[in-house]
Amino acid sequence: MNPSSARDSNWTLVFACWLIAVASTLGSLFFSEVMGFAPCILCWYQRIAMYPLVLILPAGMFPFDRNIVRYAAPLALLGLLIAAFHLLLVAGYIPESIKPCVQGVPCTEVQIEWFGFVTIPLLSGVSFLLITALLILTYKRSSK
Amino acid sequence: MKQKHLVIVSGVFLLLAFVAAALLYRSAKSDAAAQAYQRNKLTFVRPHSPTFGSTGAKVEIVEFLDPACETCKEFYPYVKKLMADHPDKIRLVARYAPFHSGSDQVVKILQAAHNQGKFHETLEAVFAAQPGWAPQHRPQPELVWNYIGNVGLDIRRLRQDMSSPEIEKIVEQDIADAKTLNVKATPEFFVNGKPMPSFGYDQLNTLVNDALAAAY
Repeated sequence: MNPSSARDSNWTLVFACWLIAVASTLGSLFFSEVMGFAPCILCWYQRIAMYPLVLILPAGMFPFDRNIVRYAAPLALLGLLIAAFHLLLVAGYIPESIKPCVQGVPCTEVQIEWFGFVTIPLLSGVSFLLITALLILTYKRSSK
Repeated sequence: MKQKHLVIVSGVFLLLAFVAAALLYRSAKSDAAAQAYQRNKLTFVRPHSPTFGSTGAKVEIVEFLDPACETCKEFYPYVKKLMADHPDKIRLVARYAPFHSGSDQVVKILQAAHNQGKFHETLEAVFAAQPGWAPQHRPQPELVWNYIGNVGLDIRRLRQDMSSPEIEKIVEQDIADAKTLNVKATPEFFVNGKPMPSFGYDQLNTLVNDALAAAY
């Protein structure tokens, strides 16, 4: 592969991350603003990790800068951790006592359940997982 | 340059998809509510629900309210004015959606006051004193008693009625109906079964005017 096409495919990977981040951002806004679900505290923390990616990623795409991975990965990883915590909480693996949200909307409340298993924290977890994986792939490929 | 176009086009596409989905969702929700209203009006209006206005009115506003909700308080005079502007044409049905914790106690006071024919007056007193008994969205139902002394209620009977299983059931029924009708915030209005397309005075006004034009 010549350097320019390798660069292009790395760019495409970051672009894919951006698409996922935009879709997740708009999706979460749809749940809260259109469908009227109040976001719980953990949802807010995940939003804090997701929304900035929509703006940060393009900054590393024009012109392409492989360091974008270093700026974006901490957010994606943090989001992934919170989503994992949230999923474990909903599934009941994390006991009541260390639940961080007692007031307002309980984080264990399941607001949507598509096909019997797709919940909002699952969607969030999958998005963060994909973004993290794609960023790591981009970094590995571009460091060759 | 191509890459830039790709990003702009996909960004615009996703945004448009969002807007289209929101519009579709809203109209589907409105249709579903209108159909439910035709099919089973009981979810909207229960025999126990306090109502205002003439029984022959062809436009019916069903309002899910929470006595601790500030926006409900702010909407109250507006709805009253809407009704005054169209006398005998609008009927208001009050339903309870006590989403603040502690609000259910206040709702029970209101329903017990309804038994004495004083729902209206009690609701006004409770709304007027809202900052006093529900500071910072934290209702303290026991403080409400300080503000409803002048309404002319038989307080002993009120306290008895409040703890009766009938009123408990009424509150549970209203909460269940709010859930069935997808009420997630207060105040939620249904005008002849139709919810507001988005929240606001103007939207409610349009909805009421459309219903008036269709009925009269």
